[in-house]
Amino acid sequence: MLLECKNVCKSYGRKEILKDINLSLPSGKIVGLLGKNGSGKTTLIKAINGLLALDKGEILIDGKNVGVESKKIISYLPERNYLNVHKKVKDIIDYFSDFYEDFDKEKAYKLLNNLNIKAEDKLVTMSKGMREKVQLALVMSRRAKLYILDEPMGGVDPATRDYILDTILNNFDDGATIMMSTHLISDIERVLDEVIFIDDGKITRCEDADKLRKETGKSIDEVFREDFKC
Amino acid sequence: MFNNEAPIYLQLFQRLALDIVTGKYKAGEKIPSVRELSTMFRVNPNTVQKALSELEDVELIYTERTNGKFVTDNKKIIKDYLENLAKEKTIIYMNNMKQLGYSVKEVIDMIERNE
Repeated sequence: MLLECKNVCKSYGRKEILKDINLSLPSGKIVGLLGKNGSGKTTLIKAINGLLALDKGEILIDGKNVGVESKKIISYLPERNYLNVHKKVKDIIDYFSDFYEDFDKEKAYKLLNNLNIKAEDKLVTMSKGMREKVQLALVMSRRAKLYILDEPMGGVDPATRDYILDTILNNFDDGATIMMSTHLISDIERVLDEVIFIDDGKITRCEDADKLRKETGKSIDEVFREDFKC
Repeated sequence: MFNNEAPIYLQLFQRLALDIVTGKYKAGEKIPSVRELSTMFRVNPNTVQKALSELEDVELIYTERTNGKFVTDNKKIIKDYLENLAKEKTIIYMNNMKQLGYSVKEVIDMIERNE
């Protein structure tokens, strides 16, 4: 298994965010982590990326504990912009290239070139959608084993969503796994192999997307709405 | 291109089967690679893989070890598949017409007049 979460628990004060999460993901899949706002998606993602300490349980990436080694094989797109917007694109690329051994500079320039972004451009001059595309291009330019994308299309228009989805698909290597969280299910469900539903800090479903469609005769989006009707 | 209510691999399978029986991909011709189909239809390569394995099960395509996948050389398989599809559509159409109260003869008249 590429990713294993065993009895993962996390609370902030008295509030339990992750309640005994058990999860295992193999290589070679595109997986959707689907949940409402506040369901624990981002907390789980941060835990997998070693950005917070667990109260209980353990997370293994490719058999290893979360740490320096696991960070080398995970390419992570956080929910928020974390790049210095006043830096030039080429400086950001150099920075990534210094930081990550598996960063493919040529690929990054190619992806950015497709977006008509020049090496001398600065993020500060770009629209929100464009910044999201730049960040995604950087994340997908690493040759990682696990890509974790937290809300890769939060707050962008439908045309940009299509672009982002195509970029994810075109850069999906056989050996790698992509896990992406979203609540925009209908936009992304066609590319998912597996879906994980998370609600109130618990995993409520973890199954093959097409199997779920076959069994229910419904889209993942509909199943989600029914499962979590307010 | 596909709807989200039915398994995507099945929809892709049906689409490719249709492309084969209608001659878009001819008997013995090489079909595009998994990667190419994935880009073309904007679906996951694993979904393409699954659709191709279904096509292989019904013998519309075959794998040549390292060369890729090819449409069957057996034209009878292709013809039979096409006929089955036509039959299915006819049954659906006839059921719809019966529901509207048309007899077989009236249906035939209707078809001839609208051709």
